[in-house]
Amino acid sequence: MSERTGAAPASAVPPLPTGRGAGFMATFGPWIAAAVVLAVLPQVLSSGLALSTLSLMGMMIIFALSYNMLLGQTGLLSFGHAVFFGLGGFLTVHAMNAFAADGPPLPLIALPLVGAAAGLFFGIVFGAVSTRRAGTTFAMITLGIGELVSSSALILRHFFGGEEGVSTDRTGLAPFLGLTFGSQLQVYYLIAAWCFVSVAAMYALTRTPFGRICNAVRDNPHRVAFIGYDPQRVRFLSFSLSGLFAGIAGALAAINFEIMNAGQLGATQSGTVILMAFIGGIGSFGGPIIGAILVTYLQVALSDITDAWQLYFGLLFIAMVMFAPDGIAGLLARQQPLLRGRQLHRVLPAYALALVPGLAAVAGLSLAVEMTNRLTVHAGDGPAMSFLHVPLRADAPVPWLVAVVLFAGGGWLFLRAGGVARQAYDEALAIVQGRGNAS
Amino acid sequence: MIEIVLISTLNGVLYGMLLFLMASGLTIIFSMMGVLNFAHASFYMLGAFFGFEISRRIGFWPGLVLAPLLVGLIGVAVERYGLRRVHRHGHVAELLFTFGLTFVIQEAVEMVWGKLPVDYRVPPSLDFPAFTVFATNYPAFKLFELLTALAIFAALLVVVTRTRIGLVVQAALTHPAMVAMLGHNVDRIFMLVFGVGAALAAVAGVIAGPALVTQSNMAALLGPILFVVVVIGGLGSLPGAFFASLLIGLVQTFAVASNASLADLLGPLASGAGSSFLRDIWNVTVAQVAPIIPYLLLVLILIFRPRGLMGQRES
Repeated sequence: MSERTGAAPASAVPPLPTGRGAGFMATFGPWIAAAVVLAVLPQVLSSGLALSTLSLMGMMIIFALSYNMLLGQTGLLSFGHAVFFGLGGFLTVHAMNAFAADGPPLPLIALPLVGAAAGLFFGIVFGAVSTRRAGTTFAMITLGIGELVSSSALILRHFFGGEEGVSTDRTGLAPFLGLTFGSQLQVYYLIAAWCFVSVAAMYALTRTPFGRICNAVRDNPHRVAFIGYDPQRVRFLSFSLSGLFAGIAGALAAINFEIMNAGQLGATQSGTVILMAFIGGIGSFGGPIIGAILVTYLQVALSDITDAWQLYFGLLFIAMVMFAPDGIAGLLARQQPLLRGRQLHRVLPAYALALVPGLAAVAGLSLAVEMTNRLTVHAGDGPAMSFLHVPLRADAPVPWLVAVVLFAGGGWLFLRAGGVARQAYDEALAIVQGRGNAS
Repeated sequence: MIEIVLISTLNGVLYGMLLFLMASGLTIIFSMMGVLNFAHASFYMLGAFFGFEISRRIGFWPGLVLAPLLVGLIGVAVERYGLRRVHRHGHVAELLFTFGLTFVIQEAVEMVWGKLPVDYRVPPSLDFPAFTVFATNYPAFKLFELLTALAIFAALLVVVTRTRIGLVVQAALTHPAMVAMLGHNVDRIFMLVFGVGAALAAVAGVIAGPALVTQSNMAALLGPILFVVVVIGGLGSLPGAFFASLLIGLVQTFAVASNASLADLLGPLASGAGSSFLRDIWNVTVAQVAPIIPYLLLVLILIFRPRGLMGQRES
């Protein structure tokens, strides 16, 4: 049984600050680029759907990164992270309603601070209970706390608004520099600004000594205790701060949707954030950002096309856990030495070779899923359907045969091609490293 | 009053025994592999739906045998081709794997049987009142559930304490490395235990399905309570799981039957006081709080006795 409970590989830890001043552009370049992208995006993707999707992505990036402060940085697997998202959102909604009526003229742009305070407060309260243990017990406690809060939400009807939730009106608050935040575009910029600030703050946190000690607690709590730090206190601080950022995300959700309901702090939301962080990759800082963007996009895109989109998510998640536990960011990070050594062209054909049967297997599985769905849940619509614009009958044997052949054959070829790709990767890496040693 | 106490006790013990059918498998799997199987409640749900489908076509009794066998086979496949592969990535990956599995199983069940409850009926041969207590008819099916659960409990006890494989399992609970060194095929034992655990959960599903509601959210409802049971009992302790199952079963059943609220208890002190938020807390009845009592117990146990009622290990 290995001592390390965190799944993040040690190699993913960013290099220690050297003290030598890195170039200005090397340090701030990516951030300036990110700010420019955030500012320009709504000009490029200006449709209503695109704007609301982008807004959703912004808050989910904060949420997923705050989750990774626990799982990726500190090695704490939490199943109840939506509690802080939801409670931050609920308190923001109540604050908005109170301020709109007769409160201090706090502008809407400052309201995520309410969510942050709420997240921090509940992070401290629940963290005091849950971070006494680590590992599996911690996971179970967070699950219990998540259930406790979401069940209470249905009992305390005045605060949580019962089934329908609590709604508010964001334009009721004092305008800020003439902005009333009535349009989705203005809300997008509000979310983008808070997203940028939160991401920068969370990144800065990983570069502090505290961030390093969190990583150390993840990798080996005993040694951390030996050098004089209290792992329990480190876990507690990390948990509270992660609650703070989740609260900001919740507050942004409250501002964006103008409604909060009990579903926002339930198990589904907690599960979604695990999916985002893990699919993106918990081993690097950027991973959860990729995951949040991808999962949000798929949620919006897939839910239009198919009923079974959550099944596809679950399968994608299991496939990632089994075959790529460092997530998409980990897969990309592994290509970096090849890119730097200009050997990427050696592996690309092998990747393409694996991609074709992989896609065939996915298509076969998807065909079987959609036909099953048609025959069971949508039996009333009759067996005639279309898949990828091909008309077919779900009760005919031929499509089923095609599905099985595609899935089994594609899957088998994919595993074979995966072996070839791995071999090509190893060879290319050996070339890069050999050259590095020679010079 | 006596009537309520008697009926609630019977129901509580029944619920507790059903919980134990699942908690026992969960505990043994956890002790042996260090994996808390998130998908355990999903196997229970699969058992209920398979039982429903088989009872609709062949009958309830074949379902009682076939459904757990099928689910047991699924469990074996999950262990052999999923968990064993993920094992080298560490415990977090294993936990996440079973977590993803709950997701997939729930979605698959929704895809095949829909989101609405299915009509899983008590078999006609057991559809009569077994006995009457103070004008309350106690259904024979519930008695059958209780007896089945007790019989399996007894069988499990005999297997674990009196047979060779049981001894190996017991030894693997505390000294897994030693058992492997003595030449036992620990991998195969894991697979077997995982399969049996899944099958036991499925038995619980088959016999609980007709009495409760067979619906695609039943795993999500029961799963967290199951974890509460194993944590309260002490992770990895079989007797602990037994007492915690009974405790949770009884507490929840009695809570549902009670109508008291803080307002009743301290009524005169608080007449008309407090805001609307506080009034919610004041007027809530014990029956309404019943769903959250297990979680409150969990938090209390973790504060005052972190290793659980009978847990040996610290984490």
